[in-house]
Amino acid sequence: MRVLKSAAAVVLGAVLLLAASFAAVAQGLEAALAKFTSDSYTETDAAIADIAASGHPRATALIEALQDGRLYVSEDKRVLWRDHAGQLLEAATGNAVDLGAAGTVKPVRINNRIRRSIEAALGGLTLLSAAPAKRFEAAQAVFKSKDAKALPALETALQRETDAGIKRALAEARAAVVLNTPDAKDSDKIAAVAIIRARGDQDARALLAGLAADQSESVRRAVADAVAAIDDRLAAWSVAQNLWYGLSLGSVLLLAAIGLAITFGVMGVINMAHGEMVMLGAYTTFLVQDVIRGTVPGLFDYSLAIAIPLAFMVAALVGIAIERGVIRFLYGRPLETLLATWGISLILQQSVRTGFGPTNREVGAPHFMSGAFELGGLTVTWNRLWIIVFAGIIFVLLLAALRFTTLGLHMRAVTQNRRMSSAMAIATGRIDALTFALGSGIAGLAGVALSQIDNVSPNLGQSYIIDSFLVVVFGGVGNLWGTLVGALSLGVANKFLEPYAGAVLGKILLLVIVILFIQKRPRGLFALKGRAVEA
Amino acid sequence: MKRTILRTAMAASVAALASLPLSVGASAQDTIKVGILHSLSGTMAISETTLKDVMLMLIEEQNKKGGLLGKKLEAVVVDPASNWPLFAEKARELISKEKVASVFGCWTSVSRKSVLPVFKELNSILFYPVQYEGEESERNVFYTGAAPNQQAIPAVDYLMKEEEVKRWVLAGTDYVYPRTTNKILEAYLKAKGVKAEDIMINYTPFGHSDWQTIVADIKKFGSAGKKTAVVSTINGDANVPFYKELGNQGIAAKDIPVVAFSVGEEELAGIDTKPLVGHLAAWNYFQSIKDPNNDAFIAKWKAFTNNPKRVSNDPMEAHVIGFNMWVKAVEKVKSTDPDKVIDALPGIEAANLTGGTSKMLPNHHITKPVFIGEIKADGQFDVVWKTDGLVAGDAWSKELEGSKDLVADWVDKKCGNFNTKTNKCGS
Repeated sequence: MRVLKSAAAVVLGAVLLLAASFAAVAQGLEAALAKFTSDSYTETDAAIADIAASGHPRATALIEALQDGRLYVSEDKRVLWRDHAGQLLEAATGNAVDLGAAGTVKPVRINNRIRRSIEAALGGLTLLSAAPAKRFEAAQAVFKSKDAKALPALETALQRETDAGIKRALAEARAAVVLNTPDAKDSDKIAAVAIIRARGDQDARALLAGLAADQSESVRRAVADAVAAIDDRLAAWSVAQNLWYGLSLGSVLLLAAIGLAITFGVMGVINMAHGEMVMLGAYTTFLVQDVIRGTVPGLFDYSLAIAIPLAFMVAALVGIAIERGVIRFLYGRPLETLLATWGISLILQQSVRTGFGPTNREVGAPHFMSGAFELGGLTVTWNRLWIIVFAGIIFVLLLAALRFTTLGLHMRAVTQNRRMSSAMAIATGRIDALTFALGSGIAGLAGVALSQIDNVSPNLGQSYIIDSFLVVVFGGVGNLWGTLVGALSLGVANKFLEPYAGAVLGKILLLVIVILFIQKRPRGLFALKGRAVEA
Repeated sequence: MKRTILRTAMAASVAALASLPLSVGASAQDTIKVGILHSLSGTMAISETTLKDVMLMLIEEQNKKGGLLGKKLEAVVVDPASNWPLFAEKARELISKEKVASVFGCWTSVSRKSVLPVFKELNSILFYPVQYEGEESERNVFYTGAAPNQQAIPAVDYLMKEEEVKRWVLAGTDYVYPRTTNKILEAYLKAKGVKAEDIMINYTPFGHSDWQTIVADIKKFGSAGKKTAVVSTINGDANVPFYKELGNQGIAAKDIPVVAFSVGEEELAGIDTKPLVGHLAAWNYFQSIKDPNNDAFIAKWKAFTNNPKRVSNDPMEAHVIGFNMWVKAVEKVKSTDPDKVIDALPGIEAANLTGGTSKMLPNHHITKPVFIGEIKADGQFDVVWKTDGLVAGDAWSKELEGSKDLVADWVDKKCGNFNTKTNKCGS
């Protein structure tokens, strides 16, 4: 009886205590939420810390809502949030709210400082999340915030974690926290330095270099060693990085120049309007995306695939019009061709400016072309990678078209000996038009790719025309392989010069090198040989 | 809606193609002509075309109110086609052939420098609406854009105080505005105790499009364990590929913020801004600022351009202020005579669009509030900081050795570069 009574008392006490503590938690949340209503960054910052510390079950959801701009303050100073389903809820109680009753709501404003606090708070709260991706993100966030309050949660997470990658991230986060705890033991700190050293990237270097100066001798030595080791590793990777950037710039140059290699290299037409064909390709991409956004947003990731044939056709048709309308009357008169095509380029630019306005147009990146991934010490951006692939495919296709198709055969025949071809019943006029269309169409394809990395504005083409001529002349007029090697070597040379000479001087140096080279070999890298050259 | 854009654009391009002055408005003999000298074709058309439209709107509005001194205003639009020497020719044409009462125009500093001798020789008035590098004060020019102390210095102060930035990347396009601004900023930072090794200065050519190396360098510079920020004076078209590369390489604003002086609402219109949220810009005006004047202006602007998505930006506000000041000065002296108007302008006040009243100073610069805005996902800016009151524009920077003793005063001293040490005019 007595035992039962005391047991009941204990249970009652426990229930009371639980209720009281729950009430305290709820009260803590309410007090924290009130701080959002003052519209001051300092108060918002404090509110985040309080909510994270409150231990309330809705804490994570509320801070995530703040991060996404889904946390609001109503006119009557109540804090509301919208859940993922789009339902407006009262933050303090979790009850649904009718927007009509709440009047107008204003999102709680955040700035960079608040974003950092949010990231740190979420990192601490989601270390034990069920989703692996979230745990990984949380570990990264704690690595950055070095928040000592997250240490107990980190230890628990480390013990429970089974995924090796996340475990390593957690260990790195723990090392970051330990290194920034002033009273941690030296042996712990040295072990932590080793973990960070193994991570070896720029963030790791930043963490070690930014440590407080008042460390013991042994820790300081370990840190200095680790920073030196990371620097060595990064220096080695920077060579690979320059090479990669050079390849990427080279592929852009190749794309811009390869159409010109046909019109200028094969046909001998100095086409100053080549850049505008690139621009037309880019605007076609913009139009395709505009239509897709307006009608079937679901197809957005395929917008570039749809734009590719259209851009080719648009640029090729304009190319035929230019060739049939102007250039065919000017064959053999390079100066007149130059002036006429330059005039055409101005007309095209101004018509686009008239039709689409002078400002830049937004061309979005499909999902698979945004962001980057790490490859060792290398940051590889997806859009650049795809552009390299795209340039390679176009090059191979063009090479095959010239070698294995009848049109390609006729093209080569006409450019090598026009009169003989004509005698062999090849319609040289038609072949001229088609060759020019092919060159222009490929420029249009380049426009699709360049819309991903550059402005889509009427000036787009101008910035590439000089570089394109440079590549074709350097590589050797009339040789596609020359254009490939020329583009890649100019790209790589540019990227190796840039870190030492700067972007402006690097470009000047490169021009000087090319000029000297052309002095030595006037026909470029891969000069055509034989009678065809003299014709 | 599309048709009217096309129509206005076509009107503009007809003017551009014909390369002849296009007069808009009343054709009667008795009008006051206002010259508009903005590029409608070429590289700078991207920024300057908008300013031409704003001027046309302001003039139309003034005519609806009954014109000026009982006469109608008549806009004379010329197209200098982003060609600097052509700016001087077109300015001469406006002043001597068209006999305009004043000119509103220019964007780049080099175009301003190119027209200066013409305005001096023919004694006319130029209102220059763009933020610039300072180190200049001319009797015939009124600078309604920001001087460095009204944009660059407050922005750096903000980063130092709010973001506790210790390491600085000064990145700019290679021409006079970024070079001078960075020189001023470097001197300012060093005076604030920033060491030389914590400052990285980088210049790129106009229209630079391959930012991979530079963005990687910025990342590397930022890995020294101190909070790093980028101060960008990158101009025009180069900004889009720069921000795209930043976004793709994952440099988030909360790690390395970029504060830009040449990126406004118009420039962001061509970029997907979601990866850029939190990066900063410093201006004297943002479209998002809530103020009755601003709301009314935006509504009028959208109606005038017949485009509900049309954005407004800082240089547009500068033209609004400049035009209203000119109107007030002309009304005050009841004449459009350049000498009288030039003497009347200092001291004239006009409401700006952000709730204050700007005043023309004796050094021909104006007082302006300074705002720091963060880029939002919708391409607008959220103001995170502003100066307490209005900041007076300094023609001569206090940070540079050569110019700190100079003052410009066209009221008492009648001099644009009065040396306070030697008490002489002309440095």
